[in-house]
Amino acid sequence: MRPLRQLGAIVWKDISAELRTKEMFSSMFVFVFLAIVVFNFAFELRVDNVRQVAPGILWVAFSFAGVLGLNRSFILEKDRGCLEGLLLSPLDRSLVYFAKVLSNLLFMLVVEALALPIFTALFNLPLLRLDLGLVVLLGTLGFAGVGTLFSAMVVNTRAREVLLPVLLFPIVTPVLIASVKLTGGLLDGESLSAMGHWLRLLGAFDAIFLAVSYMTFDYVVEE
Amino acid sequence: MKGERWLWVLTVLSLLLMLGAVFMALVQAPPAANVRTETERYTQRIIYFHVPSAWVGFLAFFVTMVASVGYLVRRERAWDVVALSSVEVGVAFTTAVLVTGSIWAKTAWNTWWTWDPRLTTSAITWVIYLAYLMLRGAVEDPEQEARFASVYGIVGFTSVPITFMAIRWWRTIHPVLFDTSGAGLSPNMLSAFLFCLGAFTVLYGTLLWHRVRLEFLADEVRALRRQLNL
Repeated sequence: MRPLRQLGAIVWKDISAELRTKEMFSSMFVFVFLAIVVFNFAFELRVDNVRQVAPGILWVAFSFAGVLGLNRSFILEKDRGCLEGLLLSPLDRSLVYFAKVLSNLLFMLVVEALALPIFTALFNLPLLRLDLGLVVLLGTLGFAGVGTLFSAMVVNTRAREVLLPVLLFPIVTPVLIASVKLTGGLLDGESLSAMGHWLRLLGAFDAIFLAVSYMTFDYVVEE
Repeated sequence: MKGERWLWVLTVLSLLLMLGAVFMALVQAPPAANVRTETERYTQRIIYFHVPSAWVGFLAFFVTMVASVGYLVRRERAWDVVALSSVEVGVAFTTAVLVTGSIWAKTAWNTWWTWDPRLTTSAITWVIYLAYLMLRGAVEDPEQEARFASVYGIVGFTSVPITFMAIRWWRTIHPVLFDTSGAGLSPNMLSAFLFCLGAFTVLYGTLLWHRVRLEFLADEVRALRRQLNL
């Protein structure tokens, strides 16, 4: 049980830091909302085509907001030398990785959970469903899994915020494809079981990338 | 430098092989029988360069992945130099793939680009390794640069096959034109094709060796500068 408690401690540290400043959460949320508004004008969404573009809009908004959050995730640690403290503490390095994935996942999910009702209202689409929730969870998990690894990398670079999307987006393309495909299918009235191969691809991607990131995280944070 | 003479032998050899490849592709190989127009008959010959370039790109990124693992395990500069050099060569060949492919597609499909699985995968692979080079440029500490680049080289190569799978499924639902030019080559064409494939592979080896040598020379220059306090 000890690793679980340690994991919980790091996640709780992230949550309480976020609760005090609320800067990551508020910027992500406002960004998602703005993305919806901007897309609304960019596409001049009408009732007949909103269903076709909605999955794309949803995932573009989620992934861009996710990048905002992931960027902050390690910058906060780096700026005050907290990362060194975290690495010096007597716990497994991979625990640090999983804890950061968990807190990033959590922040993204909260933002998404708040954004989905807004989407539902503004686009008049049935987005508040359990099966869609599963898709959002799996898509976000893949995104946060690789994103956390790269986030730990880019805080040490000169370009920082600029570099993360450049590194992340080409790699997570399969997650985006599968998530958009599943979301679109659900909106068209298909069931998850009918799109099992997409769900498996998404699950497989999550597993592979969590595993690869877990194995390489040590090399990223070692000093 | 050790092996210098072999490098020049290899360089001359790949020059001859590439000249041979041009001859094989343009003169030796018979024109394709199943195409409709004159233009297509000419552009079809692009496969003798296009497909070998794609193969070299894939090989180069695979070599990078192996060298990246090698670096993380052994922590020797040579592995990292090979990884970096292979990416640069691979990006050059992948660029060639995208350009020659677009030229062929314009005549065969009447469009420069379509979101076919292979096209999309090549484009994304190309972007991944451009990002790899950007990452290397953005890290100041050389040891850190090598570590980060190795991690990215490994993760990037893992993503490529999944991306291919994802897009192929996607496009099976929305059918598009598929590239079938590789299938059904006559024996004459096949020999020319295989010759080009071999020639390009040797060319890759030569370029890689030159690039690795260049990096080591640059290391020497840096070391000398430090000695002279320049």
